[in-house]
Amino acid sequence: MATPSIPAGGHSDPTRRDFLMVATGSLAAVGAAATAWPFINNLNPAADTLALASVEVNVSPIQVGQAITVNWRGQPLFIRHRTAQEIKEADAVPLSELRDPQTDNSRVTDLAKKVRPEWLIMVGVCTHLGCVPLGNKPGQPKGPYGGWFCPCHGSAYDTSGRIRVGPAPKNLVIPPYLFTSDTIVKVG
Amino acid sequence: MASSHGTPPVFNNKVIAWIDHRLPIFSYLEKEYHTFPTPRNFNYFWNFGAIATVMLVLMIATGVVLATNYQPNVLMAFDSVERIDRDVPQGWLIRDLHMNGASFFFIAVYIHIFRGMYYGSYKAPRELLWILGVVIFLLLMATAFMGYVLPWGQMSFWGATVITNLFSAIPVVGQSVVDWLWGGFAVENPTLNRFFAFHYLLPFIIVAVVALHVVALHVHGSNNPLGIDPKGPQDTVPFHPYYTMKDGFGVMIFLIIYAGFVFFAPDYLGHPDNYIPANPLVTPDHIVPEWYFLPFYAILRAIPDKLGGVLAMFGAIGVLFVLPWLDTSRVRSCTFRPIYKWFMYLLVIDVVILGICGANPPEGWYVPLAQLATLYYFFHFLILLPILGKIERPLPLPPSIADAVLKQKAG
Repeated sequence: MATPSIPAGGHSDPTRRDFLMVATGSLAAVGAAATAWPFINNLNPAADTLALASVEVNVSPIQVGQAITVNWRGQPLFIRHRTAQEIKEADAVPLSELRDPQTDNSRVTDLAKKVRPEWLIMVGVCTHLGCVPLGNKPGQPKGPYGGWFCPCHGSAYDTSGRIRVGPAPKNLVIPPYLFTSDTIVKVG
Repeated sequence: MASSHGTPPVFNNKVIAWIDHRLPIFSYLEKEYHTFPTPRNFNYFWNFGAIATVMLVLMIATGVVLATNYQPNVLMAFDSVERIDRDVPQGWLIRDLHMNGASFFFIAVYIHIFRGMYYGSYKAPRELLWILGVVIFLLLMATAFMGYVLPWGQMSFWGATVITNLFSAIPVVGQSVVDWLWGGFAVENPTLNRFFAFHYLLPFIIVAVVALHVVALHVHGSNNPLGIDPKGPQDTVPFHPYYTMKDGFGVMIFLIIYAGFVFFAPDYLGHPDNYIPANPLVTPDHIVPEWYFLPFYAILRAIPDKLGGVLAMFGAIGVLFVLPWLDTSRVRSCTFRPIYKWFMYLLVIDVVILGICGANPPEGWYVPLAQLATLYYFFHFLILLPILGKIERPLPLPPSIADAVLKQKAG
C-alpha cells in the first residue's frame, strides 16, 4: 500500500493512513462487540437452570376423564387421561380447520414413538402470553372446543390441546416425554 | 436563551467567587434558574415538568431506603415487603410513598404530555426536546413495570409473565429473547433478581435523560399557552422568583393530593390480588396491569393476532416519536386551532375509553369498543393530524405575548 501521498487533481486514492484508520476502527468494533457479548450472554439461563431435573410421574391414579397438574421447570404440566369420546373428537377434526395443523396422534406419541392416545401430556402455558389455561380441574370452563380455555385473552383449545379460537398462535406445547412403564412417565 | 440575558453575575461572597471562577456552577444556576427569561403567560399546565421532577427525586429517595430491606429472592421477596409494611420503622410510610408515587409520577407525566400536545410544544425547534421526553416516558414504563414485579404477588408474577411473553411474538428469535429476559424457562428467581438490578439502575438513566431534556429546553426556552415566541423583555419574566414560586405552589397542591392517597387510601390504586403470594401454577381469573398501562393493554388486546397486537401496542408509543412531523400545522397552540382543539379533547376521551376497556375482561361489547378506540387512536395521529394541518384555518395569532396578556387584563 505504498501509494503516493500527493493527491492528483484534488482527488486522492485511499492512502496508507486511510487503510490504517479503517483497519483500526474495524478491530475496535470487533473488540467492542466481543466485550459486549459476555454481558449479554450473562443474562441467558445458567447451567443449573438448564440442568433442571426431569420429573417422573406415576399416572396410574388418574382415572379416565381426570387430569392433573404437575410442576415441571417452574411451569405447570397438564396430564389428562382422555375419554374415548375426547379422543374421537380430536381425531375427527380435519387439519384444514386448524391454525397450527398437527394430527392428534402426533401429539400423543412419546420419545419411543409409541402412541398412547389416552394420555395427553402438555405444558399448561397458553402460547399467547403465558397464562395458565383453565379446564384441567373439574368445574373449570373448558371452552367451546371441550379442551382448555385461557381466561386472560380468550384463547380456546380442543381436546388435543390445539388452538382453535382466540389470539394464541400455536398449540399447547408437548414436552419430550417417555413412558418408562405403562404407569410411569418421565418428562424432560 | 443563552445570549439574551444580562452580564455574568458578580459574587460578593469570596468563597463562592473562588469556586465559580474554577467551576462555574453558581453562574450556571444564576443564568438558567434565576435570570432565565421565561414567557410571562404560563398557566398551571406548566407546573407538571417541575412536579414530575419532584416525583423522580422522591421515587429515588424512597426506593433507595426500601432496597435496604427488600430481598430479591422468590422465597423471601413477598415476606420482605410485608416485613417492611409491618415491622420496619416507618416502613409502611416509605413503601406507600413509593407505591403511590409511581401512580402520581404517571399522573404528572400524562398531564405533562397532554400539555405538550395541546399547546404544540413538540414543534420546531423543540422536536428533540419532545423526543427525549418520549424516551423518558418509555424508560419510566420499563422501570414501573419491573418495580411492580418486585413484591412477588400474583399480579406481579402474572404481569411479568404476560409482558415478557410479548417478546415471544417476534418471529424466529422470539422464544430465545424471552428465555434471555427470564434467565430460564419461566419467570423465576433469575428474573426477579435481574428485574431488581435494572429497577434500581433505570431511574438514574432517567435522571441523565431528564438532564438532556432540560438542556434542550433551555436552548430555545419554554413554549407557552399562546404558542408564539417571546419577542423581547416585555414578553418574559425571570424564572426566579416568578416560576420558582408558581412551580412551588403547584408542587404543594399536587403533594397534598398525593399524601391524601398515601395516608388514607394507600391501596386504592393497586390490586388486591397482589397481596396473594405468586403462584406459577394458578393464573388469576382477571389479569390487569396497573392503571397507567391500561390504554396500551387495551390496544394490545384489541388486535386479534399476537404479533399484530404487540406491534400496535408499541406503535401507539412509536407514533409519539414522529409526532413533530405528523402535525403539518404551523400553529403551535390549540388556542388558535378551532378544529384541532376538539380533536385533541376527543383523543383524551379515546384514551380514557381505551383505559376502561383495558380494565375490563375482553368480552361482549368491550371487544368492538376497544377495537374502535384503537382505530381512532391511530387515525388521530396518522391521518387526521397530517391532513388537518393543511385544511384548517387557524385563528389570527396575537402580535406578541405581552400584547395578548395586557389585552386580556383590560378586557
